[in-house]
Amino acid sequence: MALAFSPDSQKRAEEILARYPAEHKKAAVVPLLHLAQKEWGYISPDAMSCVADLIEESPVKVAEIATFYPMFNKEPVGRHLINVCHTLPCALAGCSDIVTHISGKLGIGVGDTTEDGRFTLKKIECLAACDRGPVMLVNRELHTHLTPEKIDTIIEGLE
Amino acid sequence: MADASRALLPSIEEHDDLANIEKYIAQGGYETLKRVIKEMSPDDVTNVVKEANIKGRGGAGFPAGQKWSMCADRYPRYVLANADESEPGSFKDRKLLEGDPHRVIEGMILTSYALGVNLGYIYMRGEFFHIYDQVEHCLLEAREKGFLGKNILGSDFSLDIYPHPGAGAYICGEETGLIESLEGNRPYPRLKPPFFPAAVGLWGQPTILNNVETFSDVTLILKNGAEWFLKLGTEDTSGTRLIGVSGHVKSPGLYELSPGITLREVIYDVAGGIRGDRQLKAVIPGGISAPVLTPDEIDTTMELGKLGSIGTMGGTGGVIVMDETVSIIDVMLNASNFARHESCGQCTPCREGTPWMNDILRRIHDGDGRIEDIALLLDICVQIHGRTVCPFGMAPAVWPIKTFLIKYYPEIKASIEQKKAVVLPVEQAYLKQDEGYEAMGGPGNFRLKEQVLG
Repeated sequence: MALAFSPDSQKRAEEILARYPAEHKKAAVVPLLHLAQKEWGYISPDAMSCVADLIEESPVKVAEIATFYPMFNKEPVGRHLINVCHTLPCALAGCSDIVTHISGKLGIGVGDTTEDGRFTLKKIECLAACDRGPVMLVNRELHTHLTPEKIDTIIEGLE
Repeated sequence: MADASRALLPSIEEHDDLANIEKYIAQGGYETLKRVIKEMSPDDVTNVVKEANIKGRGGAGFPAGQKWSMCADRYPRYVLANADESEPGSFKDRKLLEGDPHRVIEGMILTSYALGVNLGYIYMRGEFFHIYDQVEHCLLEAREKGFLGKNILGSDFSLDIYPHPGAGAYICGEETGLIESLEGNRPYPRLKPPFFPAAVGLWGQPTILNNVETFSDVTLILKNGAEWFLKLGTEDTSGTRLIGVSGHVKSPGLYELSPGITLREVIYDVAGGIRGDRQLKAVIPGGISAPVLTPDEIDTTMELGKLGSIGTMGGTGGVIVMDETVSIIDVMLNASNFARHESCGQCTPCREGTPWMNDILRRIHDGDGRIEDIALLLDICVQIHGRTVCPFGMAPAVWPIKTFLIKYYPEIKASIEQKKAVVLPVEQAYLKQDEGYEAMGGPGNFRLKEQVLG
């Protein structure tokens, strides 16, 4: 099944494409993949084809890019994607306890998704907020100075 | 709080809404651009920036004015802001883009005016979701006010700047990796020469690529003059430095300091000392790529040249402080996890070497280390160093591992012997670099000392 962007996203895609010289449409591949991920939650082969059509490249060219970057999910993820930073400054601030707490609370390991499809837990490299560690990114939101209590509140606040 | 020794942070601390263009203008924003376009020739602008001798703030410390004047005599030219801030320990560009984005944009416009650029991009790491939205909005505001677009402020200078997102790859902070990423290719850094994008950059054209902080400084240099910027810093490093302190200090945070301040003052005065008044064990002075310093080496100043002269680097100003409770093997394993994950995979020594180092450190950590592992790790470091297309193969893949290994040899040896990640008392944990090397008995009989220590 060929995928197509919603009218709003199609409009946004055209805005993005207009930012690059007409002969360099390929430059829009990463921003368009972000748009695709926002629309469908992950980057399926059909989504890659959809982006490929927009930048007038073959789908495999898009696959080369989509598979390189860690932010692009190649498989469906939970409704809420939790990325806990585990790089050195956050490690010094105790991020491994944070991962253990979330893992225990949700009953899943790192890289897994809860059975009800609500949460996926991942570890991520440095989020450039090292003075406020431990930190995590939940969907688009950065959460800082994490404690188990704070995590409980954040997670319970998500539907 | 008027503070003559600081330039970038006071306005952010006093005003929490400078992302709003009206507020930025009310604080004198874009006045510099108006004056420069009216009164100065493009070459004058370049000369002022050269005179200010600003060393790039993205990590390598290359003088920005010199970079500009290497622009090949071809058009179109492009300007790019590197906002891919991904160096562990660094969080200054986030602060500048969150708190004072128009100053960065104004700096890019001034740069473009100096070099005859008509198109630019701000490359932001993909995880900066809200910052991206904000910057996108700021660029629209600047366009509405006539600071971007066709015939800026009635001159014949036209410029468009757009935001561009990355997607979670550290390698895109390397300037040619960033350019490849923007072009829509895998972000494999380019083979050098040509050494500088100023000669061959985006789409093969001359491209000026500077760090976010550098562009903010450019705005201030043109506002206040080169002399002012020179006086703000030291002979070695003009201007101020944004130093981000993280790890085991009482007051982690971002501080704007004179480069003449010592690392000891940064840790004990500015950041309040070590939490719980514990002892300092190790400190990384410029983001994880920068070779580690021991407690005996913190009387150095934060000048870029000075840090370079003692075998480390100023890098991105990310100071990561570790106290007596850390196990050095834990720290090395963490740094190595990062290198393994972020190696882009283009060059064999780095792609293969980083997982090997990671596996060896893992086994030492888990109690299965062998005493030969120390020489083996050093050997891999030497094999990667200088044999890759980009500097990732040195920093962060090799430098942190190599310097921890040599300087903290006593603790690593103890960890191997005791089959666990031990924490030795600080004074027993480290040696001077030369002593560490000698204590190892030389890392195997086929390596020259210069190769290891160089």
